[in-house]
Amino acid sequence: MTKPRPDELAAGGADRDKRRRNLDRRTYWGLLLPGLLGLLVGYVLPLLWILRMAFNKGGPDGLVISAFSGDSLRKPLTDSYYLKVTVTTFRMGLLVAVLCVLASYPIALFLARSTSKWKGLLTALAIAPLLTSSVARSYGWIVILGSNGLVNSSLLGLGVISTPLKLTNNMTGVVIGLVEIFMPYAILVMISGFGQLNPQLEQAAASLGANAVKVFTRITLRLSMPGVLTAFLLVFVLSISTFVTPRLLGGGSVRVLATEIYDQANVLINWPLAAALSVIVFALFGIVISGYQRLIRKVEGIDR
Amino acid sequence: MSSREVPVPFKRRTGLGRPAFRVLVALLYLFLLAPLLIVLVISFSSNQFLSFPPEGFSLQWYRDLPHETVFVTGLQTSLITASIVTLIVLVMGVPAALAISRYDFKGKQLVASLFLSPLIVPTIVLALGLLLILGRVGWTDTYQGIVIGHLSITVPYVVRTTLISLQTRDTSCEDAARILGASGWTALRRITLPIIAPGIVAGAVMAFIVSFDEAVISLFVAQSGLRTLPVEVLTYVENQADASVAALSVCLILFSVLVVVAVERLMGLRVAAGG
Repeated sequence: MTKPRPDELAAGGADRDKRRRNLDRRTYWGLLLPGLLGLLVGYVLPLLWILRMAFNKGGPDGLVISAFSGDSLRKPLTDSYYLKVTVTTFRMGLLVAVLCVLASYPIALFLARSTSKWKGLLTALAIAPLLTSSVARSYGWIVILGSNGLVNSSLLGLGVISTPLKLTNNMTGVVIGLVEIFMPYAILVMISGFGQLNPQLEQAAASLGANAVKVFTRITLRLSMPGVLTAFLLVFVLSISTFVTPRLLGGGSVRVLATEIYDQANVLINWPLAAALSVIVFALFGIVISGYQRLIRKVEGIDR
Repeated sequence: MSSREVPVPFKRRTGLGRPAFRVLVALLYLFLLAPLLIVLVISFSSNQFLSFPPEGFSLQWYRDLPHETVFVTGLQTSLITASIVTLIVLVMGVPAALAISRYDFKGKQLVASLFLSPLIVPTIVLALGLLLILGRVGWTDTYQGIVIGHLSITVPYVVRTTLISLQTRDTSCEDAARILGASGWTALRRITLPIIAPGIVAGAVMAFIVSFDEAVISLFVAQSGLRTLPVEVLTYVENQADASVAALSVCLILFSVLVVVAVERLMGLRVAAGG
């Protein structure tokens, strides 16, 4: 940006344009520089480092043998233990994403349609959990689901069960916790999806004789599919890489990629294998995101 | 909604019966808020161990909080980290947003997505990469290590809120100032920055909160020394079963609520959180 002097304004011409372009270039690269430097150090380099590390070999006692082999990368895909961990992670992600979308859809629909004066407060309530740490919310779920927790003491007190249900330190607890923890994300994504849905279409369908179920499945659900798919993708991606909840609610007995990466990096000190497992997480991301893109094109194709 | 403007000769029927739908929504809200509500209740309990229902009510857990040294030092570490992170991230993010919104250049889309992409990269992967790279230069368990670790996950919030402000707020005064002879710097300082200030503040607040709440990167990068509050809480929950974490969480939640109200006032929470 330069000060436009009167003579400059009057002169015009290619020469001035060129000078200005060069100055502009210096300005915008100058503006971008601090950000790009920060991202290089704190983001790009660490990720590239993982990619390089995944080709090394892990030696005894945390030794890293510099190499360029696919040994570490092959291990998660051939070793039956790691294969099981990968499959468990993938299935947990799918289950959490499906349940989370199902649980969030009614709230999102309600908030998008509400004309109540409480709408602002209710929206804030639905999103506010985002701003509390997942550690605190996992802790809350431990209190609810634990063997001395709310659910078990209520059921025992009512005489419905005689021994406490095992709801923590296993996959059940992790899935319940994750569904709740990611609901605000799903709600946010779906509310913006509903914004584009004109309620008059539903009225038109209803006035033409469609019953409530038909209106919902043929109009509401179909038109909100892009939002649903995006929410599904987001929740899946978040849950296959989450660490805190599987660690706290899984109590060491739920083995997913994230907890495995932690153990390999900090307990067993096999960095190449930890890096290889990270590459697998990325690969799962890639698979799901490409599937999503294909689906969303299909879904949006119906609309137009 | 528009139903009242357009005369529809039929009774409006939105899918599923109204009362049943409301009950469903209320139950789902209960599920969503259950862990926060339970933490609130248990924080006032007099139980020595974590269990439900409370045997009585007391403020013991709140009274004991200042004496839990791990929480106090953790809080200190977290506040220092989050403050430094916020300052650096503002220097990174605000100019970048200005460049992205005000200039046309080759690779602009790429740069914009680079700045926003850390949000979808799995934190656990990033944490491992940071551990490997900071370990090499001996910066694990140091402030500079944690701060570097938090940069990429907080910068998207600043870039996004600043960009939204630049796009939605009326910045035509900027052109007016330039035409009237103000230099680019003066126009930026006197016109543009004050106009987009709410966006910048909202972004800064989000960055602070995200850094303050971040557990995984801090755990990887600094777990043997200089533990942040979330790391201390995580370890505490794993090893002890009492309600002091509940009391602490309630305090942190109250703090978050204050922040939420402030951000909502400034620019609307949905925009800031990424709606």
